[in-house]
Amino acid sequence: MPLKGNLRDFSTTQLLNLVSLARKTGTLTIEGPTEAARMAFREGKLIYAHVGNEDPSLAYVLHKTGKLTVDQARALRQRPEAANDKALGLLLINSGYVTQTEILQGIKQHVTDVAFRLFTWVEGIFNFEANTAPPPERITVPIELDNIIIEGSRRMREWEQLQEELPNLDLALKFTDKPDARLKNVNLNVEEWKVVSYINPKNTMRQIAKANTMSDLEIRRIVYGLLQAGLVEVVRPIGQPTGQLRKPPPTPEAKEKQRSLVGILINKVKSL
Amino acid sequence: MQTVKMVVTGPFSSGKTQFISTISEIDVVRTERKISSDAEKIKESTTVAMDFGRITVDSDLVLYLFGTPGQRRFDFMWEILSEGMLGFVVMVDSSRPETFREAKSILETFRAYAPTPYVVAANKQDHPEAWTPEDLRIALRLDPNVKLIPCVATSREKVKTVLLELLYSILAEMEA
Repeated sequence: MPLKGNLRDFSTTQLLNLVSLARKTGTLTIEGPTEAARMAFREGKLIYAHVGNEDPSLAYVLHKTGKLTVDQARALRQRPEAANDKALGLLLINSGYVTQTEILQGIKQHVTDVAFRLFTWVEGIFNFEANTAPPPERITVPIELDNIIIEGSRRMREWEQLQEELPNLDLALKFTDKPDARLKNVNLNVEEWKVVSYINPKNTMRQIAKANTMSDLEIRRIVYGLLQAGLVEVVRPIGQPTGQLRKPPPTPEAKEKQRSLVGILINKVKSL
Repeated sequence: MQTVKMVVTGPFSSGKTQFISTISEIDVVRTERKISSDAEKIKESTTVAMDFGRITVDSDLVLYLFGTPGQRRFDFMWEILSEGMLGFVVMVDSSRPETFREAKSILETFRAYAPTPYVVAANKQDHPEAWTPEDLRIALRLDPNVKLIPCVATSREKVKTVLLELLYSILAEMEA
């Protein structure tokens, strides 16, 4: 009899506790409001996880975890071995690109990241099918669930707090007009910079998160930090959200406006 | 408030952070880390993601300067940074010919990301071993119509000249 239900009634934390304590083997699928996720377990240990339309291949996983560059991952996807992670992994090890340890660490990090994302899901139909395995072409790494449950629960609490602070991700951000004195001591990490580079009153926080493939929790955490640092402020987005960050080609009026703007910039730089 | 973005790129240790610091009205917000690789230990720290400087034109217009990370392993940031830029500056350390090939490669990469105007800044012209702009043009295989501007990133006047030449190029393209 498969285990079925809704996360509203039985949370991700409770589900993983159950799998861990009962040392279950099988696959858990969750149909969330916007995307679906799949996690596989062997004797109570997490061995595989996949969410949404993310590329599940080893090439993508190693790129995402910083072991391969974009170009390397793209080139590898063209190779016949790319369809099978085990064949691709062997090729990469033999070619000296990565070590076996790096592959296993990359997969472990990826699977753990997916699991953490699921802790923030509060709605979704789940279904646990016993004794079903992940796709045979994928490499599986057994991961103890205890630490994932503890860290996931902590993130869940953080997510609830951040949702209270930043309830609406459809608002935009802008740099503060007058840089605060605190700015002098700001030291941002790479993820924060990725967000900063998209800050514009035309881009909503949701669009920025999508462009950077960040979860709601991640974007909220970063924006909250930037707000606290006095670097940005929340504003209503200019125009309608388009779902795209790229601008349409400028109209003749816009071109004229741009020309005038460049003239102003020239005068300013000359006066510095 | 309207914002305009320009990107300052170039190889590791070419002077991007200094360039932005020299002209920015605010203390540059930067992400620097201690160098871990022996091969790159010619300075103590480097930009991990990017630097960020600002020039307020008036109450309605602000120019942001973004400096890219110099080390190739952070090149995933380049495409993100190039989004929506008005133009870009490629900084080259004129005294380190071993970085010229890298500079050319970065230039081509940014041109592929966005067909916006650009200039090349021949930085560290005050260094005794600096190549002249003429020699640098040949070394970088730059087209004659590409602007190659002599630069010393610590000099405000030199930095201004580079920015102005870029703005003139942007204006010229708009009027073409």
